[in-house]
Amino acid sequence: MKNFLFNTLKSLTLHELLRGMSLTLRYFFSKKITIQYPEQKTPQSPRFRGLHALRRYPNGEERCIACKLCEAVCPAMAITIESEQREDNTRRTTRYDIDLTKCIFCGFCEESCPVDSIVETRQFEYHGEERGDLLYTKEMLLEVGKKYEKQIAKDRKQESKFR
Amino acid sequence: MEEFLKQYLDPKFAITFAYLIKIFCIVIPVMISVAYLTYFERRVIGFMQSRIGPNRVGFFGLLQPIADALKLLFKEIILPEKSNNFLFFLAPLLSIAPALAAWAVIPFDFEMVLADINAGLLYVLAMTSIAVYGVIIAGWASNSKYAFLGSLRSAAQIVSYEIAMGFTLVGVLMCANSLNLGEIVMAQQGGISQWYCWPLFPLFIIYFISAVAETNRAPFDVAEGESEIVAGFHVEYSGMAFALFFLAEYANMILVSILAVIMFLGGWMSPFSFMPDGIFWLLAKVAFVLFFFLWFRATFPRYRYDQIMRLGWKVFIPLTLIWIVFVGAMMQTDYAEYFH
Repeated sequence: MKNFLFNTLKSLTLHELLRGMSLTLRYFFSKKITIQYPEQKTPQSPRFRGLHALRRYPNGEERCIACKLCEAVCPAMAITIESEQREDNTRRTTRYDIDLTKCIFCGFCEESCPVDSIVETRQFEYHGEERGDLLYTKEMLLEVGKKYEKQIAKDRKQESKFR
Repeated sequence: MEEFLKQYLDPKFAITFAYLIKIFCIVIPVMISVAYLTYFERRVIGFMQSRIGPNRVGFFGLLQPIADALKLLFKEIILPEKSNNFLFFLAPLLSIAPALAAWAVIPFDFEMVLADINAGLLYVLAMTSIAVYGVIIAGWASNSKYAFLGSLRSAAQIVSYEIAMGFTLVGVLMCANSLNLGEIVMAQQGGISQWYCWPLFPLFIIYFISAVAETNRAPFDVAEGESEIVAGFHVEYSGMAFALFFLAEYANMILVSILAVIMFLGGWMSPFSFMPDGIFWLLAKVAFVLFFFLWFRATFPRYRYDQIMRLGWKVFIPLTLIWIVFVGAMMQTDYAEYFH
């Protein structure tokens, strides 16, 4: 009975409602955590898994030796590789396609690569305007690698002690 | 203004024309404030959730409501195949028309009122009650189970809270001895201590909570509980038809806020005797009350349906009745002056 009276009086004073409202009012004046995207960006990890790239050695030779480990490990089956023997008896790819619409950006291809050829860069702001624009061929991937080689090399070096 | 127009026009026509101009002078600011209320709602709720809210269109996002209105104007109006066409288009009109018509008796300043009728309060009550037909007809004409459920909930809720709301207004009538809204404000002359929110404090709180329920706003927004019945009664509406419901909801919000200000917070009267009265006090008070609507929405989770009914019938109606009797009894004692 006493408890009932106490609870009734407490609810009549709107005590709990006012406490809730004071909380939201405090948040009204608190610092806002929104990041205004195109102008501000969140920090990225060196392990960020974005757009793919194929790398070359400093002397200009392609790293990829067409071992097809990435093709085998790819859970989305987004990678297609064809290879041939070059005149100097080394094996190189003739075709290296990644279908970015299939890719789930798991990073397995990068991890499986014995020569650090296929990597995922920090780039995530890219788009395709037509059907097939997101099917990246070997030339396009090498172009990406050429463009961002500095950042890629720096990130790989920083992460090398953990691999 | 009539005299001025009579110089140029036929006298009969001049009166009509003068009224038309006055109506536009009320409706257009109401529409603009409705548009900007949606903007402030998004901003305030954003701020209370540590976000920023819309700030992209124009300076500080001030053109956002214009962009939203344009988008809705250009959208296709979809007509459900098995709906009742006539009622389907009647419903949004039925909900927007009373929401605007009720503004006719609102006094904005001394003698600044479109229709200074003696039964102003009754007129407002009647108009706000008609608004529920818009919701019921919308739910029925859509021929959709979600819309129908939403409209039923909304109808039951509005009917229940109308009673508690009516009783709170009885308290105001007893204090002011008038149904005329202008006279109710004039009776609260003489600074903040004379406002009816003090002697009628419980009624003021109950009026405000009932007003939130009447306008189907959070935490009483079961009529459009999106987690259960998609969007409630207006689930089948799109484009301008939807925009009309939206306008009606926000116009009603502003209307019940302005009524709260007129009846409990002294209307256009200044809170301090050394400052001049004026329409700016009314606007400032309405903005303050409206902020509470947004604040509630940012704070409280939705009520369970049976709890809404319990609150309306078992808590508010007895409480208001008790306080009305209390006020009536006090008026017979030596303390009667505090209740006038």
